[in-house]
Amino acid sequence: MANPIALAAEIFLFRGSSRLISLAPSDLLIIGLYFLMVLGIGIYLRRYANTSNDFFMAGREMSAWVAGLSFLSANLGALELMGWAASTYQYGILAAHFYWIAAFPSMVLLGLIMMPFYYLSRTHSVPGYLQLRYGDGARALSGISFAVMTILMSGINMYAMALVMKVVLGWNIHFSIWVSSLTVAVYVALGGLYSAIFNEVLQFFLIWMGALIIPILGMMEVGGWSGLKARIFEQTHSNDYVHLWSTLGTFSGNPMGVHWTGVVFGLGGAIACGYWTTDFLVVQRAMAAKDLRSAQLAPIIAAYFKMVVPLIVILPGLLGLAVLPYKLVPESAAAPGLHTYNEVLPLMLARYAGPGMLGLGITALIAGFMSGMAGNVSAFATVWTYDIYQPYVRKGMSDDHYVRVGRWCTLLGVFLSIGTAYFVTQFKSIMDYMQALVGFFISPLFGSVIMGMIWKRTTAKGGFWGLFAGTASSIAMYTAVKIHPGWLRYVALSPDAKDMAENLYRALWSLLICVFVTIVVSLFTERKTAAQLQSLTWGATMFPKDEHLPFWKTPWFWGAGVGVFFGILQWMFW
Amino acid sequence: MRERHHMLPVWFFIGLLLTVYGIIILTTSLDAWSVPSTTVLAQYHPGVWGGVVLLAVGGFYLFQFWPRKRG
Repeated sequence: MANPIALAAEIFLFRGSSRLISLAPSDLLIIGLYFLMVLGIGIYLRRYANTSNDFFMAGREMSAWVAGLSFLSANLGALELMGWAASTYQYGILAAHFYWIAAFPSMVLLGLIMMPFYYLSRTHSVPGYLQLRYGDGARALSGISFAVMTILMSGINMYAMALVMKVVLGWNIHFSIWVSSLTVAVYVALGGLYSAIFNEVLQFFLIWMGALIIPILGMMEVGGWSGLKARIFEQTHSNDYVHLWSTLGTFSGNPMGVHWTGVVFGLGGAIACGYWTTDFLVVQRAMAAKDLRSAQLAPIIAAYFKMVVPLIVILPGLLGLAVLPYKLVPESAAAPGLHTYNEVLPLMLARYAGPGMLGLGITALIAGFMSGMAGNVSAFATVWTYDIYQPYVRKGMSDDHYVRVGRWCTLLGVFLSIGTAYFVTQFKSIMDYMQALVGFFISPLFGSVIMGMIWKRTTAKGGFWGLFAGTASSIAMYTAVKIHPGWLRYVALSPDAKDMAENLYRALWSLLICVFVTIVVSLFTERKTAAQLQSLTWGATMFPKDEHLPFWKTPWFWGAGVGVFFGILQWMFW
Repeated sequence: MRERHHMLPVWFFIGLLLTVYGIIILTTSLDAWSVPSTTVLAQYHPGVWGGVVLLAVGGFYLFQFWPRKRG
């Protein structure tokens, strides 16, 4: 007699499709239980999410650990995991820079320097901080762009997930999109940010439990780090894939085509700081902490885990380079019988994980996609309700009204994401443009926020025009290089620079332009008074004292520890 | 958070799910102990170890954060 789970799966999921991985009934059971759990959590948390503070900010009562793990998980989506494993296969250990120099100093900067202003100002969002510091113009620009981009990225991620599930598991695309989206819609509309955070912390555990099998068995197979290096050299006839910094002296000396200045200032400075300190999707999690110390510790805790994530993302990519019996190809060269870079993580999972463990690994990927969508729609609902609807559409309504708006916004956000996912199926190249769109805003936004926080003299006009100039310059550079690819040499300052260098240097220039324009315009425009800058700027803010705390419990101690950990890793993999 | 709302903490749900997963994976892997597998290094029975670890971690969180009546 046929197994009922396998039979139902065959009918609804796999009809007429080919797949990379076959799932056993135990795998399908594990996946199904995950869906039941997240729905159950949403239904349970509904009773606690009745005020706007609860629904949008999880009551501002998360512990440092919960806020920290969800802060990291909000970014640790399946697309990111699979994408960076793919990039590692392509570029080698250089991809680890996107974890290590991305964690330090940006996440520590957020915790130690910027979070006090976000938290003490009692703002509910990054656009909300901009409104307090610079006025409505900056908030509107930031809020609307964030809301639009968040929904677009949510839809793109949903499409990418459906495509991955189709290629890897043979699942029907429509099934993947609708089942995942509706599940997210239910649990976020019911439990708000509580649900999103709970499921992100759950996802964190699933990802580790599901993916650790790859580095453990992989390193056993190759015989440790020296064995891995030897196997990679056999495959590639190059040592460049296992060095983090020693190949960055020239653009042409490494597989990625970048220079160390781009990595340090472009990636570590402009891009990482732009994302980790101003993207409301992640900052919202730290803002939901129960007190300032927890809010400061959240990104610092996340930084430690961020620096360990390469174990389950970068190392699988390197192991794939070493042990897979066939070469993977870029997406542009995909053809029947060939596997692409993006498939390296599921291929490695299938290599080592048997029934049960495979289901756990796939559940971790699905959880990553879904919590990414949940994070996007919960952030969208918050920014829409607080920064667009409340100030510009219907002011002065009751708290209940705004909670209802938030719930409907969540559903609207999910359906807009589904629409975007279907739109992308028709216009696949839009994905590249959407990802570039995020990059246009993120570094100039960091410039505006940090100038507002550390320099009292920054004026509202300075902040707005700096943000505008930085964004416009980023769009201009991107467009120029798209039209004239040879102009990359001017953006990246080298004829040997490759595409990745364009992202890094464009982010750096747009940040610098933003800061420059902010300073110049501020010097010629009216500044705010000290009273108006209270809790918003260095020099006009009373910070709570931590004198009762032993030094090893302070955020500064743990932040310094991140720096030490970072230094050790760079030295180990030089 | 728990004190204010009597809300079950996230760790309870994590413990619950990991414990259930541990039972499923351990049972599946023991059931397939003597069945030849196509995965690499299957002779080390990673599913059994994985199931044990899941049960240990899940069980710890479940025990630690199981809702208890207030005295």
